[in-house]
Amino acid sequence: MNLINKDDILQVIAMIESQHLDIRTITMGISLLDCIDPDVDRCCEKVYGKITTLAKDLVKTGEDIEHEYGIPVVNKRISVTPISLIGGSFDEAGYLRLALTLDRAAKAVGVNFIGGYTALVQKGMTKGDRAFLASIPRALAQTERVCCSVNVGSTKAGIDMSAVKLMGEAVKQTAALTAQDSGIGCAKLVVFANAVEDNPFMAGAFHGVGEAECVVNVGVSGPGVVANALKTCKGKPFDEVAETIKKTAFRITRIGQLVAKEASKRLGASFGIVDLSLAPTPARGDSVAEILELMGLERCGTHGTTAALALLNDAVKKGGVMASSHVGGLSGAFIPVSEDAGMIASAESGCLQLDKLEAMTCVCSVGLDMIAVPGDTSAATISAIIADECAIGMINNKTTAVRIIPVPGAKVGDRAEFGGLLGSAPVMTVHPESAEEFISRGGRIPAPIHSLRN
Amino acid sequence: MKAIITVNAADTVGIIAFISAYLAQHNVNILDISQTIMQNYFVMIMLIDFEKADLPFDELQKGLKEEGERRSVVIRVQREDIFNAMHRI
Repeated sequence: MNLINKDDILQVIAMIESQHLDIRTITMGISLLDCIDPDVDRCCEKVYGKITTLAKDLVKTGEDIEHEYGIPVVNKRISVTPISLIGGSFDEAGYLRLALTLDRAAKAVGVNFIGGYTALVQKGMTKGDRAFLASIPRALAQTERVCCSVNVGSTKAGIDMSAVKLMGEAVKQTAALTAQDSGIGCAKLVVFANAVEDNPFMAGAFHGVGEAECVVNVGVSGPGVVANALKTCKGKPFDEVAETIKKTAFRITRIGQLVAKEASKRLGASFGIVDLSLAPTPARGDSVAEILELMGLERCGTHGTTAALALLNDAVKKGGVMASSHVGGLSGAFIPVSEDAGMIASAESGCLQLDKLEAMTCVCSVGLDMIAVPGDTSAATISAIIADECAIGMINNKTTAVRIIPVPGAKVGDRAEFGGLLGSAPVMTVHPESAEEFISRGGRIPAPIHSLRN
Repeated sequence: MKAIITVNAADTVGIIAFISAYLAQHNVNILDISQTIMQNYFVMIMLIDFEKADLPFDELQKGLKEEGERRSVVIRVQREDIFNAMHRI
């Protein structure tokens, strides 16, 4: 019997070495519910102690797996229970102390991001939630690795428009406080509708209250592998395109499953989920836009892009779902503008506009992601963009999100540099007409009729 | 534990001899070898059984990698599971 299947082995190596296949993140979810304490000092002490104990071997385990299997594990990260719950009795200063504690803990264990500076306010805000929201701009300006997310809408609860208004203001203030770095604080701030509790990807990761004590979630990546496979499908009908993407997604996800099982075993944590997302990076050949263009579009963003993305997103799920015992998180195709060389090129050429991106978010895995807009964009306009995305999520039963950066001092056509995986984003046009009166109403947009499923 | 060693090289003189000797010295069993020429490049794939080896896996990787670098060839050692995971259900 021939033990070695040459082609199989060489295919895996080619995927890793020339098509950027990697494990994008091993994210350890840690419950902080047992750290709740009315005293800020004691609470911070418990939070720091718990994170640095449970995650002390996270980075080393990621590196060991990378070496043994020969597949890059790009990020090692932590997500925690929504902090608004942990500090429910705190004022703004108390929450800020928690943010600084998370940052310190992340640095101590060597992870590059810690997610979970989060509030869930889709149906209204508690006293603690309001103090939490007020703390966001300073928390993001004073920390380096803390990621913040706020869920302001859901299919079940509707949209909390008062929170949407506050988040537009929080985005503006965060940009102002991090103005010297192109408003980079906003790159760590996501506003969600239908946020998921087991997402391993930043900046939106948090450890939901329905989750176990300590969980390992893994996010794979592989736009380059899918793009390479599609090169063999030139001129073929869509049936074949979909089949090719499914088969490729299956293979990519199998690697994620292997790593997730191994990592959770070594870390003594529960195996959570594998997130099937196709996450691009600014590197050449690691682009979701390129996949859409390989389907026959001259440029991503032109007419036909939404249909191409819908096919891609669905085929990725179908291929991945059988490859893993537990699929979860966001699982689809990400379309972050600043992190995808093809998206950047298309936005710079003027082909990809904000309105088209919004349409694409109806069929992709999340929403408007890493979009730079002019620095003089008003808080009300940002709130209105958030409200539009939430409406798409609420009505379509899907997760949507907004991660938008009003780059201080920048005009349309400028380019904002964020560095590393966050990439660089061309500043895009927003509609100049005001939504001020719409946003200042406050209150709630009621849940849609199809939320009544019982 | 099983692992796969792969080598890509333009010039092959002594590479297999070195790897085989190195593995024998550390009590690593060679289960199968396959070689081929792809686009003028020599590609060698070797399946090894690491169970009775006298050194840890990472040292074996390091030893072979360093030797490869001296000869300007890439020698990779990866656990077999990653290949099985992708291609076998």
